Amino acid sequence: MKQIILCKYGEIVLKGLNRSGFEAELLKNVRRRLKSLGEFKVSSIQSTMYVEPLSDDIDLDVVTERLKKVFGITKICPAFACEKNLDAIYSTIKENLSDDLNSAKTFRVTAKRSDKRFPMTSMEVMAELGGMILNDFPHLNVDVKNPELTVICEIRDKAAYVHGPAIEGAGGMPVGTSGRALLMLSGGIDSPVAGTMIAKRGVIISAIHFQSPPYTSERAFIKVCRLAAKMTEYCGQVTLFSVPFTKIQEAIRDNCPEELFTIIMRRLMVEISQRIAEKYDFSALITGESIGQVASQTMSAIVATDAVSRIPVFRPCIGLDKQEIIDISYKIGTFDISIEPYEDCCTVFTPKHPKTKPTLAEVEAAQNAFDFEPLIQEAVDGTEFKTFKPYVDYDFLI
Amino acid sequence: MIYLDNAATTKVLSEACEAAVYAMQSVWGNPSSLHRMGIEAERLVTYAKKQLLSALGDTSGDIIFTSGATEGNNTAVFGFCKVYGKRKKRVVTTSVEHPSVAQPFQRLKDLGYEVVTVSPDKNGEITADSLISAVDDNTCLISAMLCNNETGYILPISEAFAEIKRQHPDCMTHCDCVQGFEKLTVSAKKLSADVITLSGHKIYAPKGIGAMYVKKGVRLSPVFFGGGQQKNLRSGTEAVPLIYSFGKAVEILTPTLKQRFDNAAKICEYAKAKLNEIGAVVISKDSASPYILSIAVPNIKSETILHFLEEDEIYVSSGSACSKGKKSAVLKEFKVSDQLLDSVIRLSFSFETQTSDIDALVDKLGIGIKTLAKIKR
Repeated sequence: MKQIILCKYGEIVLKGLNRSGFEAELLKNVRRRLKSLGEFKVSSIQSTMYVEPLSDDIDLDVVTERLKKVFGITKICPAFACEKNLDAIYSTIKENLSDDLNSAKTFRVTAKRSDKRFPMTSMEVMAELGGMILNDFPHLNVDVKNPELTVICEIRDKAAYVHGPAIEGAGGMPVGTSGRALLMLSGGIDSPVAGTMIAKRGVIISAIHFQSPPYTSERAFIKVCRLAAKMTEYCGQVTLFSVPFTKIQEAIRDNCPEELFTIIMRRLMVEISQRIAEKYDFSALITGESIGQVASQTMSAIVATDAVSRIPVFRPCIGLDKQEIIDISYKIGTFDISIEPYEDCCTVFTPKHPKTKPTLAEVEAAQNAFDFEPLIQEAVDGTEFKTFKPYVDYDFLI
Repeated sequence: MIYLDNAATTKVLSEACEAAVYAMQSVWGNPSSLHRMGIEAERLVTYAKKQLLSALGDTSGDIIFTSGATEGNNTAVFGFCKVYGKRKKRVVTTSVEHPSVAQPFQRLKDLGYEVVTVSPDKNGEITADSLISAVDDNTCLISAMLCNNETGYILPISEAFAEIKRQHPDCMTHCDCVQGFEKLTVSAKKLSADVITLSGHKIYAPKGIGAMYVKKGVRLSPVFFGGGQQKNLRSGTEAVPLIYSFGKAVEILTPTLKQRFDNAAKICEYAKAKLNEIGAVVISKDSASPYILSIAVPNIKSETILHFLEEDEIYVSSGSACSKGKKSAVLKEFKVSDQLLDSVIRLSFSFETQTSDIDALVDKLGIGIKTLAKIKR
């Protein structure tokens, strides 16, 4: 009995002549994610990807878990392949799904016949298989609307495949098909969510983090590294840039009005980020801002921050409530890391009463009171980076 | 010296020893400290965690280090009941558990829980069905050991727990794997266990260190309260040297599991054959763990044999070392006849045990059988 995983594509199938490019990118991503688990044959036929383990000791549950995190796949079906005749199909069902059939009370059979040479129609296959199952499992009832168990049989070009209900995939587009963007990663809950949301649309993500030792600790940076490494499960390889930011923060403290501190700091962060983006060929920035969440994310504050950016800034969390962001963060597994209590670059020097409605003019005037340019350049030049790959066991001690 | 009491405790591996010394003298920070020394100490703890999780085959789970298996078993039993036992008051265990599980269940009984104890059948077997049928909708916890410490009997845990989880997904499952870990194949997923208890000193790591595997998403209530270390499940500064040493032992042992098992099986078979020749009775079943061989020398008291062997520096145990010569209730449960019950000794092997050790034991036992005073009945 051969076990195989069938993956169904999402939006890719709507693509026209460039569809093969999307498929190729997806196959590449899947091969990279599974590489460390062993040898696989990954191929794509008739809008379906076939993932076939080439040795018996591969744990298919682990494979499924990894595939669930690959953008571009909407449904995952761990299936059993068999010959294309009714008896073989039925014996495969009996052999592999009998536990499920025994414990269910109601069931239905769904058949798909993409190989039109097969002598029976889908309806006939369903009726026949349903009858055979009822014969052997007399306690079952057929319920086509709300069955406890759906047995699915797909008759395809090379073989027939039998499986239970499909597992929900991550959806979206294959990472690598929509350009490159730079995520501003603070260490909080929102930014990993924002990055993953944009990666879902096929964008390659790298991250940028601002470090202010001694105001921030080594543990805060390790936390950010762990976040970046965790994000790779969905986003693929992530490069993390770390910018030395202490001097700039001290300069703002010494030269600018306290209530505008956060806003000026954010403007400078955006400025540095886009210089890094230009240098390393990223087309856009991503932030985890959500309107009104904190003082620096009010509409006026965002206007003041956005004024410095020359490239697009994506804010996918902008309309989400905190709870909605937390829900996503749970799902992508970054929540537990995000809530570790270390000072990050945004919380030091926080003014007691930050201005929630600053005007662009006053912010610009305040910022222009001091020449930040040499410090910005120094920060850009001092930026270091490291790259994280999916499912690599990193030792995070620097 | 011939040490055949490895189920009681083991000699620490030299690598594990070095690891502990390294952690005590070079990386002696507090893993909760914010500075680099703290991070380095934490790294050793994380390393050990990873070793244990990968040996158990589930890297998504969590490891909580404890002072030993007794603490682990107590935390599992009471921790589960505090969370899941508010409405469901039935708990299930077996009659052959180690006291560190049996006693907490006794305490649960005093607290008003309905304690169901599954005993071996007339053949001395605990079947999966008997465990499965003991669990009902009102059951919050089942705790059963993988491998019995006195006879090496292997309980059908994976079969039973998988079915229990299917029928009653809300019933929590706890498995005491102290005598199974690094000896038999222990896979957290295959066992369908929510919590697994492990001990360091049974697998060539120091005493004073144990661990609990906690499956992802499983909630436990702490037994200790304090600084909130280890996800608030086990407050108290982590014993970094012991933890690191434990991790090191696991790292070394995991790759040789099969090889060591085969060797133990060979020794065990050899011992059985030799012991038969001199008239000793093998108590352990054929399907038992080859690391533990329970035998009886008819009509001679266990303790007498123990001290007699000791004269030649051959160390074995009478029943289980923890019970210090108390008549074993567990052996009785396994339907060992009253006549043999007083004469049982336990041999337990390590990867260092050789057939020559068995020869020496059998020779001395042979002399004992001829010369020692018999029990007066």
